[in-house]
Amino acid sequence: MRENSGTLEEAVSIRAADKVFNPDSDNEVQALLGIDLDIKEGDFISLIGPSGCGKSTLLRLIADLLTPTAGEVEVFGKTANEARLDQDYGMVFQHSGLFDWRDVSANIELPLELKGWSKVDRRKRSREMLELVRLEEFKDHYPRQLSGGMQQRVSIARALSFEPRLLLMDEPFGALDEMTREHMQVELLRIWRETGTTVVFVTHSIPEAAFLSSKVVVLSPRPGRIHSEITVDLGDRTDETREDPEFFKATTEVREALRAVEAG
Amino acid sequence: MTKRKALRTAFTVLLTLVLFVLLWEGYKWMGQQTEDQWPGTQFGLPVSTDDLTMPHASDIFNELTDEIRAGRETLPMTVYLAKKAAFTFLEAAIGFSLGVIVGLMLAIFMLRWRFAERGFLPWINVSQTVPLIALAPIVVTWARLQGYPDMVGISLIATYLTFFPVAVSGLRGLQSPDSSDVELMRSYAASWSSTLIKLRLPAARPFLFPAFKLAATLSVVGSIVGEISIGTKTGLGRAILDFAQRYAVWPERLYSSVIAASLLGLFVFGLVNAAEWFFIKRGREVLK
Repeated sequence: MRENSGTLEEAVSIRAADKVFNPDSDNEVQALLGIDLDIKEGDFISLIGPSGCGKSTLLRLIADLLTPTAGEVEVFGKTANEARLDQDYGMVFQHSGLFDWRDVSANIELPLELKGWSKVDRRKRSREMLELVRLEEFKDHYPRQLSGGMQQRVSIARALSFEPRLLLMDEPFGALDEMTREHMQVELLRIWRETGTTVVFVTHSIPEAAFLSSKVVVLSPRPGRIHSEITVDLGDRTDETREDPEFFKATTEVREALRAVEAG
Repeated sequence: MTKRKALRTAFTVLLTLVLFVLLWEGYKWMGQQTEDQWPGTQFGLPVSTDDLTMPHASDIFNELTDEIRAGRETLPMTVYLAKKAAFTFLEAAIGFSLGVIVGLMLAIFMLRWRFAERGFLPWINVSQTVPLIALAPIVVTWARLQGYPDMVGISLIATYLTFFPVAVSGLRGLQSPDSSDVELMRSYAASWSSTLIKLRLPAARPFLFPAFKLAATLSVVGSIVGEISIGTKTGLGRAILDFAQRYAVWPERLYSSVIAASLLGLFVFGLVNAAEWFFIKRGREVLK
C-alpha cells in the first residue's frame, strides 16, 4: 500500500540550509552547509556519513530542536516550528529515553497525556500500540525490566502513539547487539508498512541504511554537505534479503559513496 | 521491603543496641577495676567511669520507667518524655514541611533562571554558616514581638536548617534528565511547566529523598536547639535543659532525655523512609 504513495506530497523540504554552532566565537563550527533535501511522503530515508558529518544536526533541524542559521526547513508545507507545535512528527533516540518511573503503558501514553487525552482513550491507544510492536504482555513492566531491543520497541510505540505522519529516528538501534538489531530492522519495516509513516533514519551502519531505506542520503563532514543520494529498491524485505545479490549491490554502492566521502 | 528483610533489619538494630550496652558496661567495669587506667599501665582512660559520667545502663533504663513529678501530677518518665517529644515533633514537622516547600521553590526558581542559580547559590551556602545559637534568639524575638506563639519561631529555625539540603539536592535532581529527555518533551511541544511536572520533578526524586532524610533529622535538631535557646515551657529541649542543670545529682535523667531525642530522630527518619518506599520503590522491584 505504501510503495506508490510517495508521489503525493512533500513531507520534508529543505532549501539551502546552513547550521553554524557558536557563531562569531573561537569555537565556531560550520555543522551544515547548503543542504537541499526533499523527502516524499511515505519515503524511508536514511542519513549516513562519518561521525561529525552533521546527520544528527540535520535531523534536529527537521524536528525544530535546532534552528537553521540560514535557509529554510519545511515539514508538510509548514515551517518546522509549526510542524513541531502541531506534533506532526514522533521522535526516537539512540537511548530509548523511557521514563523509568513509568510502566510501559504509561510511557507510551505520555504524549497523549500531554495532549489532554482521556484516560480511557489513552489506555485504548496504548493497547493498540503494544499490539503493533508486539509487546502486549509487557504493558505493566517497567523499562528496567526490559531488554534493550524491547525498550526501543516501546520507544517506537510511544513515538507513533499520536499517529504522526513523520517518524524521526536518531541511531535508534545503535546500542543494540547485531542479532537484535537485524530483528528490529525487520520489525521497523513491518511497522512502516502497516502505518504508512514517513521515516527519516540516522545511522552509521551501511547494511542498515541499505536494508531499510528507499533512499540513502550520504553526507560528507566538515562542513556537513549532501554528497549523494542513492535510491534503493529491494521490494519486500525479509531476513533472506540480506543474502540477496541486490542487497549486496546496494551496500556496495553506499560503501563506495562513503569511501569517496572519506577520500574528500 | 519483604517481611524477611524487615525482620533482619530489626534484628541488626537490636543486636547493635545490645553490643553497645555491653561495650558501655564492659568499659565501665574495667575502669572501676583499674581506677580509670588502661589495664597494666599508668595511662588514664579517655572517659572516666564513675556513676556521674557513665551511669549504669540499667539505671538509665530504670529512670525511663521511673516516675517524675511534673507540676501537680506524677507521670512515668516515658510518658513525660513522649509528651515533650510530641510537642517537639509538631514543631519539627511544621519546620520540615516549610523547609521542603521553600527548598523546592528555590530549586525550581534556580532551574528556571540560570542567573538566579549563580546569584543565589552562594547565599544559600552562606546561610548555613550562620551559627544557629546566634540565629535562634533573633528569630524567636522577632516572632514574639509579632505576637506569635514560640512554636512559630522554633519551627522557623527548623525550616532554616531543612530548606538547605532540599534546595541544593533538588536543583541537582531537576537538572538530572538527559538532554535527549528534554528534547523529547520539546518534540511533544510540552510547556516548561509540563516538562517540570512530567519529567524533571519525577526524575529528581532519587535526589530529593536522601535530602529529605537529612532534612528530617535536622528539623528535630533545629527544634530542640530552638527550644533551648529561647527557654520554652515545653518540648524535649526544655526537658534536656532542666535535666542538664541537675546533671550533677541526677545524670540518668539527662541520658534518658537524650535517648528520647534520638528516638524522635529515628522516628522522623523512618517516616521519610516510608514515604520514599511509597513514592518510588513500591511495586518497582526488578523481577529478574
